Amino acid sequence: MKQTLLNKKNLTWLAIAIVIFVVVQLLIDARIISPYYRVTLFWICIFAILGVSLNIIIGVTGQFSLGHAGFMSIGAYSAAVLLKMMPDYTGLAIGIGVGLVISFVVSFIVAMPTLRLKGDYLAIATLGVGEIIRIIILNMTITNGASGISNIPFLVNWPMMFVFTVLAIALSANFKNSAIGRACISIKEDEIASEAMGINTTKYKVTAFVFGALLASIAGALYATSYYVIKPETFGITNSINILVIVVFGGMGSLTGSVVAAIVLGIINIILQPLAELRMIIYALALIGIMIFRPQGLLGTYEASISSLFDFKSHFKRFTKAGKEKA
Amino acid sequence: MKRILALTATIVLLVSGLTACAATAEEAETIKIGLNVELTGEAAVYGTPEKLAAELAVKEINAAGGVLGKQIELVIYDTKTDTAESTSNATKLMTEDGVVAVIGAAISGTTMAAAPVANQYQVPMITPSGSNALVTNDGSAVYPFVYRACFIDPFQGLVLANFAADNLGKTKAVVLGSSSSDYAKDLAAIFSEQFAVKGGTVVATEYYTDADTDFSAILTKVQAAGEFDVIFVADYAVRAGLIIKQAREAGIVVPFVGPDGFESPDLVELAGGAANLNDVYFSTHFSALSEDQKVQDFIANYTTETGEAPSALSALAYDTVYMLKAAIEAAGEVDPVKVNTALEALKDFPGITGTISFDEWHNPVKSAIVVQLVDGVQAAATVVNP
Repeated sequence: MKQTLLNKKNLTWLAIAIVIFVVVQLLIDARIISPYYRVTLFWICIFAILGVSLNIIIGVTGQFSLGHAGFMSIGAYSAAVLLKMMPDYTGLAIGIGVGLVISFVVSFIVAMPTLRLKGDYLAIATLGVGEIIRIIILNMTITNGASGISNIPFLVNWPMMFVFTVLAIALSANFKNSAIGRACISIKEDEIASEAMGINTTKYKVTAFVFGALLASIAGALYATSYYVIKPETFGITNSINILVIVVFGGMGSLTGSVVAAIVLGIINIILQPLAELRMIIYALALIGIMIFRPQGLLGTYEASISSLFDFKSHFKRFTKAGKEKA
Repeated sequence: MKRILALTATIVLLVSGLTACAATAEEAETIKIGLNVELTGEAAVYGTPEKLAAELAVKEINAAGGVLGKQIELVIYDTKTDTAESTSNATKLMTEDGVVAVIGAAISGTTMAAAPVANQYQVPMITPSGSNALVTNDGSAVYPFVYRACFIDPFQGLVLANFAADNLGKTKAVVLGSSSSDYAKDLAAIFSEQFAVKGGTVVATEYYTDADTDFSAILTKVQAAGEFDVIFVADYAVRAGLIIKQAREAGIVVPFVGPDGFESPDLVELAGGAANLNDVYFSTHFSALSEDQKVQDFIANYTTETGEAPSALSALAYDTVYMLKAAIEAAGEVDPVKVNTALEALKDFPGITGTISFDEWHNPVKSAIVVQLVDGVQAAATVVNP
């Protein structure tokens, strides 16, 4: 079948995106989504991008990375530094661009040697990379050391946030469904077998890693302009683990799962807010509860797909089958 | 069975969260004050005593009839020591909960993340202990709705240099500090500058990193640099204690002077016993040695209420609540903007951490207290003016 850009599937997705956008915009205009819920909404968008991008590395390619917050910090600091010089959208655009370039170079240099490692060794190496990035930022003058950069102009709005989130998800979905994505999945399933099939594993692992790092950098830039202050410690190991929680919670390999997980965690955070210090305990217990109940993550490897939506029966079958197999 | 159990547990937990949420929204006819501090995460050790002290102050005020005839209600949120969470909490307090003012956060980073929110929604915010110079202003203009109750880091360097030169009569100082934190770097720079102004000489300045535990090489180097009669350590107790221990063991007997970071229950242990903690001086916001009746009452009440002795942080949070009470009374009504105007005009407020007025940068103008340790115990407190 010949693929065209404006086929039934893509048009339906576009329509769904537009509906979500318009509905949320109307709710914001009607003040039903108050400024406070908007802060959470932006958090959800940023962490959905981070979750999806890390899922490409961990869930799709099977390379366990703990340094994602490092690439997020590159984007955040690039945007923040540029925004302090030019507090307008031009500054933000250049900042995102600079962040992408630096992230590309750094992730490429890092990926070449580290992705030859496997499993625990890779996790430790990427953890080290995240820490190195943080320490470098901590000791640079332009990043203002341990104090971080404060009073960053707030420029982000819902249309912008939405466009970035949708683009990130669409790019990731296309990546996963492309020939590169298939190669990446084969590496996750069995690296030796896929190498024997003639797949250049290093090349595809590096591609996935760099792709994830670039998206993380964009998320970092959005973070910087949403929360006024960034400090090196914001992007430490805790943040990398937060992103990892979203990936594991939503289901490794399921991009839909990462988006759903970001939304669910954002909402849990709101509901538990009045409990102050008890909140983190309940949050952790809820995570444990869900992991016992669904060890494969909320959605397992299931992806929301339009073609199966058109045929509900097959969709339903696939969902239950996937659940049974994993359980 | 296991599945059902886990599902039930999850649902119960979530529902209990929801009911707690509904319960706080019901009460009316109270004056709401937000408390946005670190209750979990790395800085929980600072936020928790502030929460306890604020609760104590509110309890006292309510028992005495409240403010403007109304009871005060604290709305408490946890920042998780996370800047984004602090922004989010501040937004919720100011737009959803309708608080008249916000107290928080306990550290500079999370306070700076909430400051723009306070300015946007025009609700006054006071941090009890955010000491970074850029908390209340952006370097060129003051944030109209953000204040702090503590003095700032450069101020301590200034006070301590004055103290070393005037009160101790020292002229040759050695400055040690961590190169990993801005706290240490700023303090070391300001101290050196002011010490020179006072006619003293800084014989040597040495930096180490936060990870260091062996300072013998630095101490040997310092001893070789020439004679000195005082050592200034710009750091927290974790490393300052070890430095004092190793210096005393190396036969260095000169006095040690340091910032509020010295104040820690662990200092005696870190310094290798109480015997090493003689001739050690540090600046602080609050000393239990004060003879002021308010201070003694606070110490007694706080100890009964919480079972532990108050720290400088709890004293600052306690003062913050009373400053807000004074501002609300001066404003005459529960309106954030009017309270802000009253707060700005606050003059000579008699707190337990000193007499407080705000300068044009919304920093408190007050004296610092320099405490002298004798055998590891606070023996004397000197009030030092900048």
